[in-house]
Amino acid sequence: MEKSRPLWDNPLQFVFACISYAVGLGNVWRFPYLCQMYGGGVASVVVSFFLSMYYNVINAWAFWYLFHSFQNPLPWAACPLNSNHTGYIEECEKASSTQYFWYRKTLNISPSIEENGSIQWEQAMCLILAWLTVYLCILRGTESTGKVVYLTASLPYLVLIIYLIKALTLHGAVNGLVYMFTPKLEQLANPKAWINAATQIFFSLGLGFGSLIAFASYNEPNNNCEKHAIIVSLINSTTSVFASIVTFSIYGFKATFNYENCLNKAMLLLTNAFDLEEGFLTADNLNHMKEQLMATHPNEYVELLPQIKNCSLEAELDTAVQGTGLAFIVYSEAIKNMEVSQLYSVLYFFMLLMLGIGSMLGNTAAILTPLTDSKFLSTHLPKEVISGIVCFINCIVGLTFTMEAGNYWFDIFNDYAATLSLLLIVLVEIIAVCYVYGLRRFEKDLHLMIGHKLSWYWKIMWAFASPLLIISLFIFYITDYILTGTLQYQAWDATQGHLVTKDYPSYALAVIGLLVASSTMCIPLGALAIFIKRRLKREHRSTVA
Amino acid sequence: MRGFLLLAFSLVTTAHAEFCSPDSQNAFKVRLSIKTALGDNAYAWDASEEYLFKAMVAFAMRRYSSQKTTQISNVLLCNVTDRVSFWFVVTDSSKNATTVPRGEVEAAIRMTRNRINNAFLLNDKTMQFLKISSTLPPPTESSVPIWLVVFGVVLCLIVAGILFLIVSGIQQRKKKNKEPAETKNLEEKCEVTVTIENGMPCDTLNLKTGQINGGYEADDERFTPL
Repeated sequence: MEKSRPLWDNPLQFVFACISYAVGLGNVWRFPYLCQMYGGGVASVVVSFFLSMYYNVINAWAFWYLFHSFQNPLPWAACPLNSNHTGYIEECEKASSTQYFWYRKTLNISPSIEENGSIQWEQAMCLILAWLTVYLCILRGTESTGKVVYLTASLPYLVLIIYLIKALTLHGAVNGLVYMFTPKLEQLANPKAWINAATQIFFSLGLGFGSLIAFASYNEPNNNCEKHAIIVSLINSTTSVFASIVTFSIYGFKATFNYENCLNKAMLLLTNAFDLEEGFLTADNLNHMKEQLMATHPNEYVELLPQIKNCSLEAELDTAVQGTGLAFIVYSEAIKNMEVSQLYSVLYFFMLLMLGIGSMLGNTAAILTPLTDSKFLSTHLPKEVISGIVCFINCIVGLTFTMEAGNYWFDIFNDYAATLSLLLIVLVEIIAVCYVYGLRRFEKDLHLMIGHKLSWYWKIMWAFASPLLIISLFIFYITDYILTGTLQYQAWDATQGHLVTKDYPSYALAVIGLLVASSTMCIPLGALAIFIKRRLKREHRSTVA
Repeated sequence: MRGFLLLAFSLVTTAHAEFCSPDSQNAFKVRLSIKTALGDNAYAWDASEEYLFKAMVAFAMRRYSSQKTTQISNVLLCNVTDRVSFWFVVTDSSKNATTVPRGEVEAAIRMTRNRINNAFLLNDKTMQFLKISSTLPPPTESSVPIWLVVFGVVLCLIVAGILFLIVSGIQQRKKKNKEPAETKNLEEKCEVTVTIENGMPCDTLNLKTGQINGGYEADDERFTPL
């Protein structure tokens, strides 16, 4: 008698798992579980493997910041002193204390991708801890994962609510909210904005990942997946809007703080240079006084001109935030200026950790489900050992991201490991379900599962709208790759205290090509392999018969 | 007599102007930000405050080199602005018409900087001696980095959790292997009544018993063969 598949304790666990998985850090990869029938089973494991390799590094960073939040004052609040205690460290003065903490204390980043440096033991320890945490959660399969996702799905919402209340009371939060809600009409006409929006939603829901399918495979057959699909999508979208309100309030606070700092610096500079009375210059009369000073003391004013920066609130709000590193820098900068900053810091990084672990559970489920389902492995090794081996291998490979140049390799994986292959995999998936398997058959299966007929909306979406959207996204990405020419990356220049653009060396380009190729090629190769296998079987049968 | 006094006075003022002027040799500029430091409790900068300043500098010079007897009259102030900022220089009464070298004054001020700041209720930032670098306070560092402590605690908890789960998993498997006869009975009966009634194969029932805490062993009897 075949041992039956473990199940979720109740449907709520499945929904929570999906939410926990979807509400992640915005990175999602797909898993063509269905495509396994038509080739590409290896592709999905490959993509998920790439993903889990580097994604847990984010959790390691979250752990690092979390552990450092228990200090007073926060280590990224002020610049450290130089060796003879006469001033601050130069790199920190040129950049800001939060950037210094991120680039120097956390990553200890090297000036370019070629200089590898050594493994940072602190980061390595945090990475090992992150993998141990993931192992603890997936150890028993859905048994343990089912309980953990209650926590990883609900806690971030709790923290977001606390942050919402705090963020709305911050000075300058209104500026951020106004900025968020004023539509930039010229941007709406830009197709790139729409494409980015589509991509974000597409990836955010983790649709093509085998993770959702892996999770769903643990459902009972009569599970109302239509209802769950709608619920998860709605929750994911509302969470995004909710999180944006919090985020933009914090941006507004940070932008206003920096703007006022900039104004104060300019006023101090002018007051000192012209020996004006304290308090003479205010934010309101600054521009007027500047003109007056320029008229009365033209020579000295011209000397000062390069030092006086033009302060603009808009410019501060416009500093676009993208990439995992910037998320750490911007939030830690906002947090250090709040009162009781340790509490908010702990809450924030704990939430980040929950989100990251929730997403990691999905990724590892995507790898482990086919492995534990395969007859060969599950008979020889117990579930715990398979999970342990997968975690161990990922951890060892992940140690490369803890080297000094590790963050550059991280960015490579983040940008290229899955984007193109994911689109291809999803496209194949949807075509396989709708056209190869047949939309009618699929409809009948669903009718059996959910009990009522499928509405025409779903059919039109699956058959026409989604493939079109995916194909257009695919074409956009390809043209983008072709148009940008040689690929470039942002490297941190310690002497200047900001990022500089550099070209990738040839071996890095080779790695990128390998990443993209290995995941995309798997599908046609796998399909070819199965096709040949079937051909041989048919021939064998015909010869026998 | 009056003429002599006038001459002396003019000599002193010219000497004063000679020694103390912006950017003159051995002169330092001082900048105070009283309103920034004290807000509403800010005091006004007047002649009495200047006298106190001269006294503090003389005190600093005396502390630095005990053989010199610097008088308040040796400290010259000039170019006081609204900012409040001014220049000062220390003359040397033992050597005629000279000023104390820059390095000495700087060393003296650095030695007693804290006392000078406190006399005016200011700190290094709000009472700036331009071109005299101040020693910044060293950061407070504990012997064991705090983050390692938290890291250690979390690590121990997680490793304990993993070991617990692994050990309980092994124990469960041992229990399952010890009762092959009972499961065989269950299987035989289940083959008849497997799906139709409740849709759940009996094996999951078995799994569920495994989930129950070992302390409630008695509950196993609930799941007797159907």
